[in-house]
Amino acid sequence: MRHLLTPRAILLASALAIAPAAWAETPADTLVVAHTIDDIISLDPAQSFEFSGNDVNQNTYDRLVDFDPLDMEAGFKPSLAESWDVSQDGLSITFRMREGVKFHSGNPVRAEDAAWSLQRAVQLNLTPAFILTQFGFTADNVEDKITFDDTSLTLHLDKPYAPSFVLNCLTANVASVVDKETVMANAGEDLGNTWLSNNAAGSGPYTLTAWRPNEAVQLAAFEEYWQGAPTMKRVIVRNVQESSAQRLLLEQGDIDVARNLSPTDVDSIASVEGVKIQDEPRGRILYMGLNQKDPVLSNPAVIEAMKHLVDYDGIANSFLKGMFVPHQSFLPSGYLGALDDNPWTYDVEKARKLIDDAGMSGKTIVTKVRDLREYTDVAQALQASMAQAGLTLEIQQMTGAQVLDAYRARDVPVFIGEWGPDYSDPNTNAATFAFNPDNSDEAKATGLLAWRNAYAVPQAMNEATVAATLEQDAEKRKQMYIDIQKQYQAEAPIVPLFQRIEPTGLRDNVQNWNSGRSVTSVMYRQVTKGE
Amino acid sequence: MGGTALSLALTMLGLLLVTFVIGRVMPIDPVLKVVGDRATQAQYDAAFQAMGLDQPLYVQFARYLGDVLTGDFGRSISTGQLVVNDILRVFPATFELATLGTLIGVFVGVPLGVIAAARRGGIVDQVARVVALVGYSMPIFWLGLMGLLLFYGILGWVGGPGRQGIIHDGMVPTVTGLILVDSLIAGDWAAFKDAFSHIILPASLLGYYSLAYISRMTRSFMLEQLSAEYVTTARVKGLSERAVIWRHAFGNISIPLVTVIALSFGSLLEGSVLTEIIFSWPGLGQYITKALLSGDMNAVLGGTVVIGTCFVALNLLSDILYRILDPRSK
Repeated sequence: MRHLLTPRAILLASALAIAPAAWAETPADTLVVAHTIDDIISLDPAQSFEFSGNDVNQNTYDRLVDFDPLDMEAGFKPSLAESWDVSQDGLSITFRMREGVKFHSGNPVRAEDAAWSLQRAVQLNLTPAFILTQFGFTADNVEDKITFDDTSLTLHLDKPYAPSFVLNCLTANVASVVDKETVMANAGEDLGNTWLSNNAAGSGPYTLTAWRPNEAVQLAAFEEYWQGAPTMKRVIVRNVQESSAQRLLLEQGDIDVARNLSPTDVDSIASVEGVKIQDEPRGRILYMGLNQKDPVLSNPAVIEAMKHLVDYDGIANSFLKGMFVPHQSFLPSGYLGALDDNPWTYDVEKARKLIDDAGMSGKTIVTKVRDLREYTDVAQALQASMAQAGLTLEIQQMTGAQVLDAYRARDVPVFIGEWGPDYSDPNTNAATFAFNPDNSDEAKATGLLAWRNAYAVPQAMNEATVAATLEQDAEKRKQMYIDIQKQYQAEAPIVPLFQRIEPTGLRDNVQNWNSGRSVTSVMYRQVTKGE
Repeated sequence: MGGTALSLALTMLGLLLVTFVIGRVMPIDPVLKVVGDRATQAQYDAAFQAMGLDQPLYVQFARYLGDVLTGDFGRSISTGQLVVNDILRVFPATFELATLGTLIGVFVGVPLGVIAAARRGGIVDQVARVVALVGYSMPIFWLGLMGLLLFYGILGWVGGPGRQGIIHDGMVPTVTGLILVDSLIAGDWAAFKDAFSHIILPASLLGYYSLAYISRMTRSFMLEQLSAEYVTTARVKGLSERAVIWRHAFGNISIPLVTVIALSFGSLLEGSVLTEIIFSWPGLGQYITKALLSGDMNAVLGGTVVIGTCFVALNLLSDILYRILDPRSK
């Protein structure tokens, strides 16, 4: 028995004796999440356009139509609107409001609140407002274009848009329904923007109990929620920057969910007892933009060659493992009309021949890449294969803000970075990847990826993108997006490479976790914690 | 004292000016941070004007100075809050951590330094040297992570990252912002224990760094005193070694030591960025770093003023202590 008294055993025994049991487990009715939430600037749904802010709004507000967290494939479903009709000419949509729904304040949710919320977002005209203004609403006309009576609300559109397009946009954060009475009682001046930045006035499954910037968000279940009170009575989202810290907290059982685990931590946590990893495809596309102002990159043979210089599978299986999967079209899987063909293969020989034949061999391209591990790794892999094919890629590393600045000034030759959809409709990416009606410098269409890469989108494709927003038949509409993506794959100098996957670390007892898939934000109301 | 006040004012003005200029020439676009990647040119231009960036630099600075004098540091673009409120929220976290760290540094470092000097070349001196060397050369983030892994992950002796356990989070009413103090005021013993379990590891880490510095300085001050003539005289007079060291020599080094401790405290206030990140400690270091990376100049300037003020105040304090402690000034 002597070996039992080794110093290590004594240390272990004393550790067990002293270790406080209270730290080991989160309360059964509380969901504790570690996440980097330092991007929240405002919680006003008319302003919030960052991931973490949208995560909060998703759970504190309802919208006219919404996703079912347990059936994401179904797409949007009735929510505060019970049903809707599209007029014969397609120019107006009338929503019938659900009855008996209450805001957190106890006020009833009325058609007036829903109409005011949309009008308000248009009038404030902050960044996400374009999701609504693209239907022809302006600050001046919106009160005539969005009308209501006791039980219904009508949108009067400037064109007969595809109903699916309009309804998809209404699932966006900016279309959240806000409690007019409460907001106006607290602040009138700026339509309540300042007040709503720090407070919530919705009808969603959770109420906001606290938000401390860069620190924590706390939510409490709304017991009178019209779809039934959530099981998790409290949700606490704690800002934890370091992946390794999140991992420790999860392993110790101090948190239930870790949302920013690095691939290394995901790997090593996979074998830990009591913890599981759930992968979800998210909407972000990692792509390579080839700036058409560059004489080398604008050569069609070089564009073709570059598509063969990315080691799609090799990259996805090595340093991007568990973070991205190959995806070579601009609509993320999960979107209407998303094309899942991956036609390009890694083929350095073919690329070298293309570059040789075009007389481009020996050229040098100097580019800027954001100093984020994923991007610089991809850029270096690309640099290596380009070298084999006869092109030199010189990489300058910069901060995200610097690269974005240069990119918006059309000054990044080979851009490596991500684009996330703004709302759950295919038009969100089509309208930026495949639409650029004026390629001149003066146009300053800084919001369009095609413009940033100086890609003069062919007139036919511009028109096809617009036409797809007007197609009433959902099946036809889907086919139109497939066609646009196929043409895009064949000729565009912007090359989608990968789609983002989000691995979430969960305690074993956490069920029905949903980060929002590729189309929306995280949802907590269906989450349960078993034994 | 009038001269001191003027030089203090000039110091602060210079600090503001330098930070302001650096902020404005930094190659980061604060407008993009506000409006985001998706904004149209018109929205961008509107924000640019609203932030006053279309004005010449000297106008911007004059405006800023005017605001600061009335206590208005503007709004942070990375949190959307008033900078004053942000700082009131994050500063106590850093202050609490740095204070505890310095206390550990002083209560361990000073005796260690004194004994090391008194028994020069002895075992304590050797240990002190190794401790100091490791303290200087070991990267703080590595020690922090290892500490977390061992004491939190494996042994479970301390709380994990963050200032409080999740159950206690936000439950103690804020009075001073110092959770240890607030939980005592509230009489919430469990919350106090919890907060202590969270602060002890990062504070020990900072304390270790400051004791490495403080013990070295104490030792060298002490050696200087021990070789002085009055010490020899005292010994010849038959005073015990203990009395010589603690009553005579230590009394004399306490003056420069105060400055060393004040400086060390000041550097913990500003320099604990890595510790704050590793331990998810929502303090000033993390706040300013984040602000800097997003071109959030109002927040950076606000934070700089606070740190500058602390340094000035610490200097002033050590000056005053100097006068009290130094018999010649009486």
